[in-house]
Amino acid sequence: MENFLEFFFSGLVNGAIYALIALGFMIIYSATGVINFAQGEFVMLGAMFTAWLSGRGWPLPLVVGAALVGATLAGILTERLTIRPARTASPLILIIITIGVSILIKGLAMFTWGKDPLPVNPFLPSEPVHFLGATLSPQGLLVLVVSALAFLATESFFRFTLWGKAMRACAYNRFGARVLGINLSRLTCLAFGLSAALSGLAGIIISPLTFASYDMGTMLGLKGFSAAVFGGLGSATGALVGGFSLGILEALASGYISSAYKDAVAFLLLLIVLFLKPEGLFSPEKVEKL
Amino acid sequence: MKREYLKVSGLLALVLVLYFGLENEYLFNVFTMVGLQVLVVIGLSLLMGYAGQVSLGHAAFYGLGAYASGILSVKYGLSPLVGILLAQALTLTVAFLLGLPTLKLRGHYLALATLGLGVIAEVFFKETVGLTGGPSGLVGIPPLPWLPLSFKSYFLLVWLLVILFLLVGLHIIHSPWGRALLALHDSEVALRSLGYNIHRLKLGVFLFSASLAALAGSLYAHCVTFISPYSFTFLHSVKFVTMVVIGGIASLWGAVGGAVFLAVLPEILSRFEDYEVVIFGIILILVMIYCPEGLISGLERRLWRFAKS
Repeated sequence: MENFLEFFFSGLVNGAIYALIALGFMIIYSATGVINFAQGEFVMLGAMFTAWLSGRGWPLPLVVGAALVGATLAGILTERLTIRPARTASPLILIIITIGVSILIKGLAMFTWGKDPLPVNPFLPSEPVHFLGATLSPQGLLVLVVSALAFLATESFFRFTLWGKAMRACAYNRFGARVLGINLSRLTCLAFGLSAALSGLAGIIISPLTFASYDMGTMLGLKGFSAAVFGGLGSATGALVGGFSLGILEALASGYISSAYKDAVAFLLLLIVLFLKPEGLFSPEKVEKL
Repeated sequence: MKREYLKVSGLLALVLVLYFGLENEYLFNVFTMVGLQVLVVIGLSLLMGYAGQVSLGHAAFYGLGAYASGILSVKYGLSPLVGILLAQALTLTVAFLLGLPTLKLRGHYLALATLGLGVIAEVFFKETVGLTGGPSGLVGIPPLPWLPLSFKSYFLLVWLLVILFLLVGLHIIHSPWGRALLALHDSEVALRSLGYNIHRLKLGVFLFSASLAALAGSLYAHCVTFISPYSFTFLHSVKFVTMVVIGGIASLWGAVGGAVFLAVLPEILSRFEDYEVVIFGIILILVMIYCPEGLISGLERRLWRFAKS
Protein backbone atom coordinates (compact mmCIF):
# COMPACT_ATOMS: atom_id res chain seq x y z
CA MET A 1 0.00 0.00 0.00
CA GLU A 2 2.87 2.41 0.82
CA ASN A 3 4.39 1.47 -2.51
CA PHE A 4 1.13 2.14 -4.25
CA LEU A 5 0.84 5.56 -2.66
CA GLU A 6 4.38 6.48 -3.64
CA PHE A 7 3.88 5.35 -7.22
CA PHE A 8 0.58 7.18 -7.31
CA PHE A 9 2.14 10.37 -5.98
CA SER A 10 5.03 10.33 -8.43
CA GLY A 11 2.47 9.69 -11.16
CA LEU A 12 0.49 12.71 -10.03
CA VAL A 13 3.61 14.90 -10.13
CA ASN A 14 4.61 13.76 -13.63
CA GLY A 15 0.98 13.95 -14.68
CA ALA A 16 0.79 17.60 -13.62
CA ILE A 17 3.79 18.31 -15.83
CA TYR A 18 2.24 16.44 -18.78
CA ALA A 19 -1.01 18.31 -18.22
CA LEU A 20 0.74 21.68 -18.39
CA ILE A 21 2.51 20.68 -21.61
CA ALA A 22 -0.75 19.30 -23.06
CA LEU A 23 -2.41 22.61 -22.22
CA GLY A 24 0.32 24.35 -24.23
CA PHE A 25 -0.30 22.08 -27.22
CA MET A 26 -4.01 22.69 -26.96
CA ILE A 27 -3.70 26.50 -26.84
CA ILE A 28 -1.60 26.69 -30.01
CA TYR A 29 -3.72 24.06 -31.73
CA SER A 30 -6.95 25.90 -31.05
CA ALA A 31 -5.57 29.25 -32.17
CA THR A 32 -3.81 28.09 -35.33
CA GLY A 33 -4.61 24.45 -36.11
CA VAL A 34 -0.91 23.70 -35.84
CA ILE A 35 0.62 20.98 -33.70
CA ASN A 36 3.71 22.64 -32.29
CA PHE A 37 6.52 20.12 -32.13
CA ALA A 38 8.79 22.70 -30.47
CA GLN A 39 6.61 22.57 -27.35
CA GLY A 40 9.02 20.31 -25.49
CA GLU A 41 11.88 22.70 -26.16
CA PHE A 42 10.06 25.45 -24.23
CA VAL A 43 9.96 23.07 -21.27
CA MET A 44 13.68 22.48 -21.68
CA LEU A 45 14.36 26.23 -21.88
CA GLY A 46 12.47 26.82 -18.62
CA ALA A 47 14.51 24.14 -16.88
CA MET A 48 17.83 25.23 -18.41
CA PHE A 49 17.35 28.91 -17.52
CA THR A 50 16.53 27.85 -13.96
CA ALA A 51 19.63 25.69 -13.68
CA TRP A 52 21.90 28.26 -15.27
CA LEU A 53 20.72 31.32 -13.33
CA SER A 54 20.49 29.59 -9.95
CA GLY A 55 24.00 28.24 -10.61
CA ARG A 56 25.15 31.85 -10.90
CA GLY A 57 23.75 32.59 -7.44
CA TRP A 58 20.63 34.55 -8.36
CA PRO A 59 17.87 34.54 -5.71
CA LEU A 60 15.06 32.08 -6.39
CA PRO A 61 12.17 34.46 -7.20
CA LEU A 62 14.36 36.27 -9.70
CA VAL A 63 15.45 32.97 -11.27
CA VAL A 64 11.87 31.79 -11.69
CA GLY A 65 10.77 35.14 -13.08
CA ALA A 66 13.64 35.34 -15.55
CA ALA A 67 13.18 31.72 -16.69
CA LEU A 68 9.49 32.32 -17.24
CA VAL A 69 10.19 35.46 -19.27
CA GLY A 70 12.88 33.63 -21.24
CA ALA A 71 10.57 30.76 -22.23
CA THR A 72 7.74 33.16 -23.10
CA LEU A 73 10.06 35.23 -25.27
CA ALA A 74 11.20 32.07 -27.04
CA GLY A 75 7.56 31.31 -27.83
CA ILE A 76 6.85 34.81 -29.12
CA LEU A 77 10.02 34.85 -31.21
CA THR A 78 9.12 31.46 -32.66
CA GLU A 79 5.79 32.84 -33.79
CA ARG A 80 7.10 36.17 -35.11
CA LEU A 81 10.17 34.82 -36.91
CA THR A 82 9.00 31.49 -38.29
CA ILE A 83 5.22 31.00 -38.17
CA ARG A 84 4.14 34.51 -39.18
CA PRO A 85 6.20 34.71 -42.40
CA ALA A 86 4.64 31.39 -43.49
CA ARG A 87 1.12 31.98 -42.20
CA THR A 88 -0.53 31.28 -45.56
CA ALA A 89 1.10 27.86 -45.89
CA SER A 90 -0.73 24.60 -45.13
CA PRO A 91 -0.70 23.23 -41.56
CA LEU A 92 1.70 20.46 -42.63
CA ILE A 93 4.32 23.04 -43.68
CA LEU A 94 3.81 24.94 -40.43
CA ILE A 95 4.22 21.73 -38.44
CA ILE A 96 7.50 21.00 -40.22
CA ILE A 97 8.63 24.55 -39.45
CA THR A 98 8.01 23.88 -35.76
CA ILE A 99 10.11 20.73 -36.10
CA GLY A 100 12.89 22.89 -37.54
CA VAL A 101 12.51 25.31 -34.64
CA SER A 102 12.75 22.43 -32.20
CA ILE A 103 15.98 21.18 -33.82
CA LEU A 104 17.36 24.73 -33.78
CA ILE A 105 16.52 25.48 -30.13
CA LYS A 106 17.91 22.12 -29.03
CA GLY A 107 21.12 22.72 -30.96
CA LEU A 108 21.55 26.22 -29.54
CA ALA A 109 20.94 24.92 -26.01
CA MET A 110 23.53 22.19 -26.46
CA PHE A 111 25.94 24.80 -27.71
CA THR A 112 25.34 27.26 -24.88
CA TRP A 113 25.04 24.96 -21.90
CA GLY A 114 26.88 21.81 -22.98
CA LYS A 115 25.78 18.19 -23.09
CA ASP A 116 25.97 17.36 -19.36
CA PRO A 117 22.81 17.61 -17.26
CA LEU A 118 22.85 20.54 -14.81
CA PRO A 119 21.64 19.98 -11.23
CA VAL A 120 19.06 22.28 -9.63
CA ASN A 121 18.55 22.64 -5.85
CA PRO A 122 15.01 22.03 -4.57
CA PHE A 123 13.03 25.23 -4.12
CA LEU A 124 11.83 24.21 -0.64
CA PRO A 125 13.86 22.78 2.27
CA SER A 126 13.93 19.12 1.36
CA GLU A 127 12.51 17.30 4.38
CA PRO A 128 10.23 14.63 3.02
CA VAL A 129 6.64 14.61 4.21
CA HIS A 130 5.28 11.33 5.58
CA PHE A 131 1.75 10.52 4.67
CA LEU A 132 0.06 7.16 5.42
CA GLY A 133 3.50 5.55 5.52
CA ALA A 134 4.58 6.88 2.13
CA THR A 135 7.29 9.49 1.67
CA LEU A 136 6.43 12.49 -0.43
CA SER A 137 8.89 15.16 -1.48
CA PRO A 138 8.01 18.83 -0.85
CA GLN A 139 9.13 19.70 -4.38
CA GLY A 140 6.55 17.24 -5.71
CA LEU A 141 3.83 18.91 -3.63
CA LEU A 142 5.00 22.26 -4.96
CA VAL A 143 4.65 20.97 -8.52
CA LEU A 144 1.06 19.96 -7.82
CA VAL A 145 0.13 23.29 -6.21
CA VAL A 146 1.80 25.44 -8.88
CA SER A 147 0.27 23.54 -11.76
CA ALA A 148 -3.18 23.66 -10.17
CA LEU A 149 -2.84 27.45 -9.89
CA ALA A 150 -1.58 27.72 -13.47
CA PHE A 151 -4.49 25.63 -14.67
CA LEU A 152 -7.00 27.79 -12.82
CA ALA A 153 -5.41 30.96 -14.19
CA THR A 154 -5.54 29.62 -17.76
CA GLU A 155 -9.12 28.47 -17.40
CA SER A 156 -10.24 31.86 -16.07
CA PHE A 157 -8.31 33.57 -18.86
CA PHE A 158 -10.35 31.54 -21.37
CA ARG A 159 -13.64 32.16 -19.62
CA PHE A 160 -13.51 35.74 -18.38
CA THR A 161 -11.20 37.82 -20.58
CA LEU A 162 -11.92 39.17 -24.05
CA TRP A 163 -8.74 37.71 -25.53
CA GLY A 164 -9.49 34.34 -23.98
CA LYS A 165 -12.97 34.34 -25.47
CA ALA A 166 -11.51 35.40 -28.81
CA MET A 167 -9.19 32.43 -28.67
CA ARG A 168 -12.08 30.08 -28.01
CA ALA A 169 -14.01 31.61 -30.87
CA CYS A 170 -11.00 31.05 -33.08
CA ALA A 171 -10.89 27.38 -32.13
CA TYR A 172 -14.49 26.97 -33.28
CA ASN A 173 -14.18 28.85 -36.53
CA ARG A 174 -11.10 30.77 -37.60
CA PHE A 175 -12.77 32.45 -40.52
CA GLY A 176 -15.79 33.46 -38.48
CA ALA A 177 -13.57 34.92 -35.80
CA ARG A 178 -11.81 36.99 -38.40
CA VAL A 179 -15.07 38.27 -39.82
CA LEU A 180 -15.96 39.49 -36.34
CA GLY A 181 -12.82 41.63 -36.34
CA ILE A 182 -10.55 39.54 -34.16
CA ASN A 183 -6.92 40.34 -34.90
CA LEU A 184 -5.64 36.87 -35.78
CA SER A 185 -1.99 37.91 -35.97
CA ARG A 186 -1.93 39.22 -32.41
CA LEU A 187 -4.03 36.30 -31.24
CA THR A 188 -1.56 33.79 -32.68
CA CYS A 189 1.33 35.64 -31.06
CA LEU A 190 -0.49 35.65 -27.72
CA ALA A 191 -1.22 31.92 -28.06
CA PHE A 192 2.44 31.11 -28.63
CA GLY A 193 3.52 33.32 -25.72
CA LEU A 194 0.98 31.84 -23.32
CA SER A 195 1.65 28.29 -24.41
CA ALA A 196 5.42 28.72 -24.08
CA ALA A 197 4.96 30.32 -20.65
CA LEU A 198 2.95 27.32 -19.41
CA SER A 199 5.51 24.86 -20.78
CA GLY A 200 8.38 26.94 -19.40
CA LEU A 201 6.68 26.85 -16.01
CA ALA A 202 6.49 23.07 -16.25
CA GLY A 203 10.23 23.00 -16.94
CA ILE A 204 11.02 25.32 -14.03
CA ILE A 205 9.14 23.33 -11.40
CA ILE A 206 10.26 19.90 -12.61
CA SER A 207 13.95 20.83 -12.91
CA PRO A 208 14.92 20.07 -9.26
CA LEU A 209 13.43 16.58 -9.64
CA THR A 210 14.92 15.58 -12.99
CA PHE A 211 17.94 17.86 -13.54
CA ALA A 212 18.07 20.05 -16.62
CA SER A 213 19.60 18.84 -19.87
CA TYR A 214 19.47 20.09 -23.45
CA ASP A 215 17.73 16.94 -24.71
CA MET A 216 15.02 16.60 -22.06
CA GLY A 217 12.43 18.39 -24.21
CA THR A 218 11.78 15.84 -26.94
CA MET A 219 10.37 13.05 -24.78
CA LEU A 220 8.47 15.43 -22.48
CA GLY A 221 6.99 17.16 -25.51
CA LEU A 222 5.88 13.90 -27.14
CA LYS A 223 4.31 12.68 -23.90
CA GLY A 224 2.56 15.98 -23.38
CA PHE A 225 1.27 15.62 -26.92
CA SER A 226 -0.04 12.10 -26.19
CA ALA A 227 -1.79 13.50 -23.14
CA ALA A 228 -3.34 16.23 -25.27
CA VAL A 229 -4.60 13.71 -27.85
CA PHE A 230 -5.83 11.49 -25.03
CA GLY A 231 -7.88 14.40 -23.71
CA GLY A 232 -9.10 15.41 -27.16
CA LEU A 233 -6.95 18.46 -28.04
CA GLY A 234 -10.00 20.64 -27.63
CA SER A 235 -10.49 21.54 -23.99
CA ALA A 236 -8.46 22.48 -20.94
CA THR A 237 -10.25 19.82 -18.90
CA GLY A 238 -9.23 17.27 -21.50
CA ALA A 239 -5.58 18.29 -21.21
CA LEU A 240 -5.77 18.03 -17.43
CA VAL A 241 -7.43 14.61 -17.36
CA GLY A 242 -5.17 13.37 -20.18
CA GLY A 243 -2.03 14.52 -18.39
CA PHE A 244 -2.94 13.02 -15.03
CA SER A 245 -4.16 9.68 -16.39
CA LEU A 246 -1.00 9.38 -18.44
CA GLY A 247 1.27 10.21 -15.50
CA ILE A 248 -0.47 7.84 -13.11
CA LEU A 249 -0.70 4.91 -15.53
CA GLU A 250 2.93 5.39 -16.45
CA ALA A 251 4.04 5.43 -12.82
CA LEU A 252 1.99 2.33 -11.96
CA ALA A 253 3.26 0.45 -15.00
CA SER A 254 6.87 1.31 -14.27
CA GLY A 255 6.42 0.42 -10.59
CA TYR A 256 4.61 -2.88 -10.98
CA ILE A 257 5.60 -4.14 -14.42
CA SER A 258 8.95 -2.85 -15.62
CA SER A 259 10.65 0.51 -15.50
CA ALA A 260 12.61 -0.19 -18.68
CA TYR A 261 9.50 0.11 -20.85
CA LYS A 262 8.18 3.14 -18.95
CA ASP A 263 8.48 5.48 -21.94
CA ALA A 264 6.41 3.15 -24.11
CA VAL A 265 3.33 3.29 -21.84
CA ALA A 266 2.27 6.78 -22.91
CA PHE A 267 2.38 5.84 -26.58
CA LEU A 268 0.66 2.50 -26.10
CA LEU A 269 -2.12 4.49 -24.48
CA LEU A 270 -2.10 6.85 -27.46
CA LEU A 271 -2.59 3.91 -29.83
CA ILE A 272 -5.39 2.43 -27.72
CA VAL A 273 -7.23 5.76 -27.64
CA LEU A 274 -6.81 6.18 -31.40
CA PHE A 275 -8.28 2.75 -32.03
CA LEU A 276 -11.17 2.95 -29.59
CA LYS A 277 -12.13 6.61 -29.31
CA PRO A 278 -10.12 8.62 -31.83
CA GLU A 279 -11.69 11.97 -30.97
CA GLY A 280 -10.18 11.75 -27.48
CA LEU A 281 -12.03 11.46 -24.22
CA PHE A 282 -13.24 15.04 -23.93
CA SER A 283 -13.72 16.45 -27.37
CA PRO A 284 -17.08 17.82 -28.40
CA GLU A 285 -16.48 16.98 -32.05
CA LYS A 286 -17.02 13.55 -33.57
CA VAL A 287 -14.44 12.14 -35.94
CA GLU A 288 -15.83 11.57 -39.39
CA LYS A 289 -15.46 8.13 -40.87
CA LEU A 290 -14.73 7.54 -44.50
CA MET B 1 5.33 8.52 -69.10
CA LYS B 2 7.82 8.71 -71.97
CA ARG B 3 9.57 11.65 -70.33
CA GLU B 4 9.70 9.70 -67.08
CA TYR B 5 11.43 6.79 -68.82
CA LEU B 6 13.95 9.25 -70.23
CA LYS B 7 14.67 10.65 -66.77
CA VAL B 8 14.94 7.15 -65.30
CA SER B 9 17.42 6.08 -67.97
CA GLY B 10 19.40 9.25 -67.23
CA LEU B 11 19.58 8.21 -63.57
CA LEU B 12 20.57 4.68 -64.58
CA ALA B 13 23.37 6.04 -66.76
CA LEU B 14 24.60 8.23 -63.90
CA VAL B 15 24.65 5.25 -61.52
CA LEU B 16 26.58 3.12 -64.03
CA VAL B 17 29.07 5.92 -64.73
CA LEU B 18 29.70 6.33 -61.01
CA TYR B 19 30.01 2.55 -60.57
CA PHE B 20 32.60 2.10 -63.29
CA GLY B 21 34.33 5.47 -63.00
CA LEU B 22 34.73 5.97 -59.29
CA GLU B 23 37.23 4.25 -56.98
CA ASN B 24 36.52 5.77 -53.61
CA GLU B 25 35.04 3.54 -50.88
CA TYR B 26 34.13 6.55 -48.73
CA LEU B 27 32.04 8.13 -51.48
CA PHE B 28 30.42 4.78 -52.27
CA ASN B 29 29.57 4.45 -48.59
CA VAL B 30 27.93 7.89 -48.59
CA PHE B 31 26.03 7.20 -51.82
CA THR B 32 24.81 3.81 -50.55
CA MET B 33 23.40 5.43 -47.42
CA VAL B 34 21.80 8.14 -49.55
CA GLY B 35 20.27 5.48 -51.80
CA LEU B 36 18.77 3.64 -48.82
CA GLN B 37 17.09 6.84 -47.66
CA VAL B 38 15.85 7.54 -51.19
CA LEU B 39 14.23 4.10 -51.13
CA VAL B 40 12.32 4.97 -47.94
CA VAL B 41 11.35 8.36 -49.28
CA ILE B 42 9.92 6.98 -52.56
CA GLY B 43 7.28 5.10 -50.56
CA LEU B 44 6.69 7.95 -48.14
CA SER B 45 6.26 10.40 -51.00
CA LEU B 46 3.53 8.24 -52.51
CA LEU B 47 1.85 8.09 -49.12
CA MET B 48 2.07 11.82 -48.44
CA GLY B 49 1.63 13.25 -51.90
CA TYR B 50 -0.98 10.88 -53.26
CA ALA B 51 -2.77 9.26 -50.34
CA GLY B 52 -2.61 12.55 -48.40
CA GLN B 53 -1.47 10.81 -45.21
CA VAL B 54 1.60 11.52 -43.10
CA SER B 55 3.65 8.90 -41.32
CA LEU B 56 5.75 10.06 -38.38
CA GLY B 57 7.06 6.55 -37.80
CA HIS B 58 8.84 5.46 -40.94
CA ALA B 59 12.11 5.14 -39.05
CA ALA B 60 10.32 2.44 -37.04
CA PHE B 61 9.55 0.45 -40.21
CA TYR B 62 13.13 1.02 -41.34
CA GLY B 63 14.29 -0.22 -37.95
CA LEU B 64 11.86 -3.14 -37.96
CA GLY B 65 13.32 -4.29 -41.26
CA ALA B 66 16.87 -3.87 -39.98
CA TYR B 67 16.34 -5.55 -36.60
CA ALA B 68 14.08 -8.37 -37.81
CA SER B 69 16.40 -9.60 -40.53
CA GLY B 70 19.47 -8.82 -38.39
CA ILE B 71 18.21 -10.80 -35.39
CA LEU B 72 16.99 -13.70 -37.53
CA SER B 73 20.38 -14.07 -39.17
CA VAL B 74 22.53 -13.44 -36.06
CA LYS B 75 20.56 -15.35 -33.39
CA TYR B 76 18.83 -17.99 -35.49
CA GLY B 77 21.37 -18.46 -38.26
CA LEU B 78 18.88 -17.93 -41.08
CA SER B 79 20.08 -16.79 -44.47
CA PRO B 80 19.82 -12.99 -44.88
CA LEU B 81 17.46 -13.49 -47.81
CA VAL B 82 15.00 -15.48 -45.68
CA GLY B 83 15.50 -12.85 -42.98
CA ILE B 84 14.56 -10.07 -45.38
CA LEU B 85 11.39 -11.91 -46.43
CA LEU B 86 10.32 -12.57 -42.83
CA ALA B 87 11.07 -8.96 -41.94
CA GLN B 88 8.75 -7.95 -44.76
CA ALA B 89 6.00 -10.19 -43.40
CA LEU B 90 6.42 -8.75 -39.89
CA THR B 91 6.43 -5.14 -41.06
CA LEU B 92 3.41 -5.63 -43.29
CA THR B 93 1.49 -7.19 -40.39
CA VAL B 94 2.33 -4.29 -38.07
CA ALA B 95 1.50 -1.70 -40.75
CA PHE B 96 -1.78 -3.47 -41.54
CA LEU B 97 -2.85 -3.53 -37.89
CA LEU B 98 -1.97 0.15 -37.55
CA GLY B 99 -3.46 1.33 -40.82
CA LEU B 100 -6.71 -0.65 -40.83
CA PRO B 101 -8.46 1.29 -38.06
CA THR B 102 -6.79 4.71 -38.44
CA LEU B 103 -7.09 5.10 -42.20
CA LYS B 104 -10.84 4.70 -41.85
CA LEU B 105 -10.96 8.09 -40.16
CA ARG B 106 -10.92 11.44 -41.86
CA GLY B 107 -7.93 13.53 -40.74
CA HIS B 108 -4.35 12.92 -39.75
CA TYR B 109 -4.89 9.99 -37.43
CA LEU B 110 -2.32 7.83 -39.18
CA ALA B 111 0.31 10.44 -38.26
CA LEU B 112 -0.58 10.10 -34.58
CA ALA B 113 -0.63 6.31 -34.68
CA THR B 114 2.72 6.06 -36.48
CA LEU B 115 4.20 8.58 -34.03
CA GLY B 116 3.14 6.25 -31.22
CA LEU B 117 4.51 3.21 -33.01
CA GLY B 118 7.80 5.02 -33.64
CA VAL B 119 8.47 5.75 -29.98
CA ILE B 120 7.32 2.29 -28.86
CA ALA B 121 9.67 0.68 -31.39
CA GLU B 122 12.50 2.92 -30.22
CA VAL B 123 11.98 1.86 -26.60
CA PHE B 124 11.72 -1.77 -27.66
CA PHE B 125 14.98 -1.65 -29.67
CA LYS B 126 16.74 -0.08 -26.70
CA GLU B 127 15.35 -2.16 -23.84
CA THR B 128 14.93 -5.72 -25.15
CA VAL B 129 18.63 -6.32 -24.57
CA GLY B 130 18.47 -10.11 -24.95
CA LEU B 131 17.13 -9.84 -28.49
CA THR B 132 18.35 -6.54 -29.91
CA GLY B 133 21.58 -6.05 -27.98
CA GLY B 134 20.10 -2.97 -26.31
CA PRO B 135 21.74 0.46 -26.46
CA SER B 136 25.10 -0.99 -27.51
CA GLY B 137 23.53 -2.43 -30.64
CA LEU B 138 23.44 -5.68 -32.58
CA VAL B 139 26.82 -6.75 -33.93
CA GLY B 140 28.05 -9.36 -36.40
CA ILE B 141 25.17 -9.27 -38.88
CA PRO B 142 26.20 -11.38 -41.87
CA PRO B 143 26.42 -9.61 -45.24
CA LEU B 144 24.25 -10.66 -48.18
CA PRO B 145 25.41 -13.86 -49.93
CA TRP B 146 26.78 -13.78 -53.51
CA LEU B 147 27.70 -10.12 -53.20
CA PRO B 148 31.31 -8.97 -52.86
CA LEU B 149 31.66 -7.23 -49.51
CA SER B 150 32.38 -3.67 -50.53
CA PHE B 151 30.38 -0.48 -50.52
CA LYS B 152 30.83 -0.38 -54.27
CA SER B 153 28.71 -3.49 -54.84
CA TYR B 154 26.10 -2.42 -52.29
CA PHE B 155 25.99 0.94 -54.03
CA LEU B 156 25.03 -0.76 -57.28
CA LEU B 157 22.46 -3.04 -55.65
CA VAL B 158 20.79 -0.24 -53.70
CA TRP B 159 20.61 2.19 -56.61
CA LEU B 160 19.30 -0.48 -58.99
CA LEU B 161 16.55 -1.11 -56.44
CA VAL B 162 15.94 2.64 -56.24
CA ILE B 163 15.48 2.72 -60.01
CA LEU B 164 13.22 -0.34 -59.94
CA PHE B 165 10.95 1.08 -57.24
CA LEU B 166 11.02 4.51 -58.82
CA LEU B 167 9.60 2.86 -61.94
CA VAL B 168 7.01 1.03 -59.84
CA GLY B 169 6.08 4.30 -58.15
CA LEU B 170 5.81 6.18 -61.43
CA HIS B 171 3.65 3.43 -62.87
CA ILE B 172 1.37 3.61 -59.86
CA ILE B 173 1.05 7.38 -60.27
CA HIS B 174 0.20 7.10 -63.96
CA SER B 175 -2.18 4.16 -63.44
CA PRO B 176 -5.93 4.53 -62.80
CA TRP B 177 -5.19 4.04 -59.09
CA GLY B 178 -2.72 6.92 -59.09
CA ARG B 179 -5.21 9.20 -60.77
CA ALA B 180 -7.84 8.06 -58.31
CA LEU B 181 -5.49 8.95 -55.45
CA LEU B 182 -4.90 12.39 -56.94
CA ALA B 183 -8.66 12.88 -57.26
CA LEU B 184 -8.89 12.13 -53.55
CA HIS B 185 -7.59 15.65 -52.88
CA ASP B 186 -10.34 17.24 -54.94
CA SER B 187 -13.50 15.33 -54.31
CA GLU B 188 -13.86 12.23 -52.26
CA VAL B 189 -17.55 11.95 -53.03
CA ALA B 190 -16.94 11.94 -56.77
CA LEU B 191 -14.31 9.27 -56.34
CA ARG B 192 -16.58 7.11 -54.28
CA SER B 193 -19.40 7.44 -56.75
CA LEU B 194 -17.02 6.07 -59.37
CA GLY B 195 -16.81 2.94 -57.28
CA TYR B 196 -13.38 3.30 -55.72
CA ASN B 197 -12.81 1.97 -52.24
CA ILE B 198 -10.86 4.89 -50.73
CA HIS B 199 -9.97 3.08 -47.54
CA ARG B 200 -8.43 0.18 -49.44
CA LEU B 201 -6.51 2.55 -51.74
CA LYS B 202 -4.97 4.42 -48.83
CA LEU B 203 -4.19 1.22 -46.96
CA GLY B 204 -2.49 -0.20 -50.05
CA VAL B 205 -0.21 2.82 -50.43
CA PHE B 206 0.62 2.77 -46.72
CA LEU B 207 1.53 -0.94 -46.86
CA PHE B 208 3.69 -0.34 -49.95
CA SER B 209 5.57 2.50 -48.25
CA ALA B 210 6.08 0.53 -45.04
CA SER B 211 7.38 -2.48 -46.93
CA LEU B 212 9.80 -0.32 -48.91
CA ALA B 213 11.11 1.23 -45.69
CA ALA B 214 11.61 -2.22 -44.17
CA LEU B 215 13.45 -3.43 -47.28
CA ALA B 216 15.79 -0.45 -47.05
CA GLY B 217 16.29 -1.18 -43.36
CA SER B 218 17.16 -4.85 -43.98
CA LEU B 219 19.66 -3.85 -46.67
CA TYR B 220 21.16 -1.29 -44.29
CA ALA B 221 21.65 -3.93 -41.59
CA HIS B 222 23.35 -6.40 -43.95
CA CYS B 223 25.46 -3.66 -45.51
CA VAL B 224 26.98 -2.09 -42.39
CA THR B 225 26.71 -5.37 -40.33
CA PHE B 226 26.04 -3.39 -37.14
CA ILE B 227 22.88 -1.60 -36.02
CA SER B 228 22.10 0.46 -32.94
CA PRO B 229 18.79 1.90 -31.74
CA TYR B 230 20.08 5.43 -32.27
CA SER B 231 19.67 5.07 -36.04
CA PHE B 232 15.90 4.60 -35.79
CA THR B 233 14.65 7.45 -33.60
CA PHE B 234 11.75 9.85 -33.92
CA LEU B 235 14.20 12.38 -35.36
CA HIS B 236 14.92 10.02 -38.25
CA SER B 237 11.21 9.66 -38.98
CA VAL B 238 10.99 13.43 -39.02
CA LYS B 239 13.94 13.57 -41.38
CA PHE B 240 12.18 11.26 -43.86
CA VAL B 241 9.07 13.44 -43.80
CA THR B 242 11.22 16.53 -44.27
CA MET B 243 12.89 14.98 -47.30
CA VAL B 244 9.51 14.48 -48.94
CA VAL B 245 8.35 18.00 -48.15
CA ILE B 246 11.58 19.69 -49.21
CA GLY B 247 11.32 17.94 -52.55
CA GLY B 248 7.74 19.05 -53.09
CA ILE B 249 5.03 16.84 -51.66
CA ALA B 250 3.34 15.40 -54.73
CA SER B 251 6.47 14.84 -56.77
CA LEU B 252 8.39 11.59 -56.76
CA TRP B 253 11.45 13.10 -58.44
CA GLY B 254 11.35 16.03 -56.05
CA ALA B 255 11.33 13.61 -53.15
CA VAL B 256 14.38 11.84 -54.56
CA GLY B 257 16.10 15.22 -54.85
CA GLY B 258 15.06 16.17 -51.33
CA ALA B 259 16.40 12.89 -49.96
CA VAL B 260 19.74 13.34 -51.71
CA PHE B 261 19.95 16.96 -50.52
CA LEU B 262 19.18 16.20 -46.87
CA ALA B 263 21.27 13.04 -46.78
CA VAL B 264 24.34 14.77 -48.23
CA LEU B 265 23.91 17.96 -46.20
CA PRO B 266 25.19 16.52 -42.87
CA GLU B 267 28.29 15.20 -44.69
CA ILE B 268 29.00 18.73 -45.88
CA LEU B 269 28.04 20.33 -42.59
CA SER B 270 30.07 17.88 -40.50
CA ARG B 271 33.09 20.18 -40.76
CA PHE B 272 31.14 22.68 -38.64
CA GLU B 273 30.86 20.02 -35.89
CA ASP B 274 28.64 21.34 -33.11
CA TYR B 275 27.09 23.99 -35.32
CA GLU B 276 25.84 21.23 -37.64
CA VAL B 277 22.44 20.75 -35.97
CA VAL B 278 21.86 24.48 -35.70
CA ILE B 279 22.56 25.05 -39.39
CA PHE B 280 20.36 22.07 -40.28
CA GLY B 281 17.49 23.60 -38.30
CA ILE B 282 17.92 27.00 -39.91
CA ILE B 283 18.01 25.56 -43.44
CA LEU B 284 14.87 23.55 -42.74
CA ILE B 285 12.99 26.61 -41.44
CA LEU B 286 14.12 28.85 -44.31
CA VAL B 287 13.21 26.33 -47.00
CA MET B 288 9.77 25.81 -45.49
CA ILE B 289 9.10 29.56 -45.19
CA TYR B 290 10.34 30.59 -48.62
CA CYS B 291 9.79 27.48 -50.77
CA PRO B 292 6.86 25.63 -49.19
CA GLU B 293 6.13 23.92 -52.52
CA GLY B 294 9.54 22.27 -52.44
CA LEU B 295 13.09 23.42 -52.90
CA ILE B 296 13.39 22.63 -56.59
CA SER B 297 10.11 24.08 -57.86
CA GLY B 298 10.45 26.96 -55.39
CA LEU B 299 13.88 27.95 -56.69
CA GLU B 300 12.63 27.48 -60.24
CA ARG B 301 9.75 29.86 -59.62
CA ARG B 302 12.00 32.44 -57.98
CA LEU B 303 14.57 32.30 -60.77
CA TRP B 304 11.78 32.64 -63.31
CA ARG B 305 10.42 35.72 -61.59
CA PHE B 306 13.94 37.13 -61.34
CA ALA B 307 14.58 36.53 -65.04
CA LYS B 308 11.32 38.26 -65.96
CA SER B 309 11.98 41.39 -63.93
